[in-house]
Amino acid sequence: MRTYIITKLLHAVGVALVISFVSFFLLFYTADPASTLLPENADDADIAEFEKQFGLDRPMLVQYGDFLAKVVFQGDFGSSWVAKVLVGDLIGVALWPTLKLAIAAQIIAAVLAIPLGIIAAIRRYSLVDNVTTFLVLVGQAMPLFWLGIVLIIIFGVWLKWLPVSGSDTFAHLILPAITLGSFILPLNMRLVRSGMLEVLSQDYIRTARAKGVEEGRVLMKHAFRNAAIPLVTVTGVQFGALLGGAVVTETVFSWPGLGRLAIESIQVGDFPVVQAIVLIFGAFTILANLAADIGSAWIDPRIRFD
Amino acid sequence: MVDTTANGGIEPERQDKQAGRAPIWLLVLRKAWQLRMGVFGFLLLAILVAMALFSPLIATHDPYAQDILARLELPGFLGGTSDHWLGTDQLGRDLYSRIVYGARVSLMIGVSAVVVSAVIGIVLGLLAGYFGGWIDSLVDFSVNAMLAFPFILLAMTLVIILGASAENVILALGISNWPIFARVTRIETRKLREQEYVLAALAQGLGHLRVIFKHIFANLAAPLLVIATVEIARSIIRETFLSFLGLGIQPPTPSWGVMLAEGRAYVLTVWWLSTLPGAAIFLAALGINLVGDALRDLLDPRLRKG
Repeated sequence: MRTYIITKLLHAVGVALVISFVSFFLLFYTADPASTLLPENADDADIAEFEKQFGLDRPMLVQYGDFLAKVVFQGDFGSSWVAKVLVGDLIGVALWPTLKLAIAAQIIAAVLAIPLGIIAAIRRYSLVDNVTTFLVLVGQAMPLFWLGIVLIIIFGVWLKWLPVSGSDTFAHLILPAITLGSFILPLNMRLVRSGMLEVLSQDYIRTARAKGVEEGRVLMKHAFRNAAIPLVTVTGVQFGALLGGAVVTETVFSWPGLGRLAIESIQVGDFPVVQAIVLIFGAFTILANLAADIGSAWIDPRIRFD
Repeated sequence: MVDTTANGGIEPERQDKQAGRAPIWLLVLRKAWQLRMGVFGFLLLAILVAMALFSPLIATHDPYAQDILARLELPGFLGGTSDHWLGTDQLGRDLYSRIVYGARVSLMIGVSAVVVSAVIGIVLGLLAGYFGGWIDSLVDFSVNAMLAFPFILLAMTLVIILGASAENVILALGISNWPIFARVTRIETRKLREQEYVLAALAQGLGHLRVIFKHIFANLAAPLLVIATVEIARSIIRETFLSFLGLGIQPPTPSWGVMLAEGRAYVLTVWWLSTLPGAAIFLAALGINLVGDALRDLLDPRLRKG
């Protein structure tokens, strides 16, 4: 198990380094902060002064090394070109709303997906099963931002039940969380259902039933525990997609999180902020994958020796 | 979406009491329903393709023609009386005709983006899976690194670097999405490489290229086609989101994403302006996904999902 974790850990660090280098490289060759941020009548001396101030006159590798060292050793992502404050401060403010949204969405998805998936599996071809299949179908074709707008129109504009933008109260969280939750719900539901179906036909389930183990216990303890493995893996893998969905959701609902910050920064060319968010999203995704790898190896010892 | 369950989502045949519980008429109904969904999907896809190919014949107006005096007219189903049967937008352009022309943009970008990512991903996957060694490690590592990037941020950054245009949206979506194809191709190629008929072909003295294309790729074509279909639907949704943010197709080109973004300013009153183009995206993606499901059933019964 230790070798397994160390291998995975080294791999994760490698991926993180590659992401940081590639995104730095891409932005280095695209960004022209002087022309974006200085007044139009700035002359060469102004530009040189500006580049010196931000250290942009140095070779790319030196800038990258400097950037990386500051991020790793001081947690310092540099300064925003537009807002003129530390990138870390901007991100500190936006991080919690995004996490709150992601967690709420994950809870909604799990609370619906697990029971629906289990019922669909044990009552195949029943009404619940058909509804589940239908939801999966619709969910996969639904553009998130459209769903968000439709929810805004129905619950915000017509019924006036819920606020449609901002993040002050719990009520503000409901529509964005439903929107983002619906993004991951279909896959989760399908996984629970097919996982349960597969496990329920195994011999040890028949054995448990034959021993007279109570049906609820068979389902939860013997079946669901094993069916949950793909769910654990996929929850990790889909974390990146969840953050991508958060970008979309936050834009539609003006939710003050990292996703909206990323989009606003991309649109005004504030690349230090974009760079930091890409890194943070990447790091979260890598960590989630790592946790899923270790988690499933822990649940299922066979994986460790693969 | 690739099945992530251990056996590729194959459902065990369960003829025991679980399946026996469903009355025969329900099973027949379900089979008919599945068939009908496939037919429905092909119908939606046919409409989409027809709209794209014959836009000038199907549209009733010029999608660019503005009529400032006839702005925001009611659609026919809400009691509008003009000859614009889905009403007009904020510039007096015919909404129905713009939606029809939008199919052209969406389909063209969706298909082209998938072609780009499929070509990159399949070539890399075949090389990695077939030759193994350092190519395999490199491809595997790149796939993991790419998957840790938040997709939407990567695509957005690429569009900003390349500039917002239809061609660049195709490139950005294509480049961001190749890992899906590489991953599946690589894993399947590795399995096929060990098959006896492949070893026999090699023993007969066939060249590597010939073996890869005639004996390995030929056996991968069916599952890859199914994945490609689903990815077209996802690319369409992603294109509309980029356009929605102003990073994709630029106005006045009739793209569903642009129309949604423009209509969003009017959600309080003219709700159909944003919801109708969104419904078009949804129906297009739904149709393509249903066709994907039907193809899966037709081409590879083993991959049939429950």
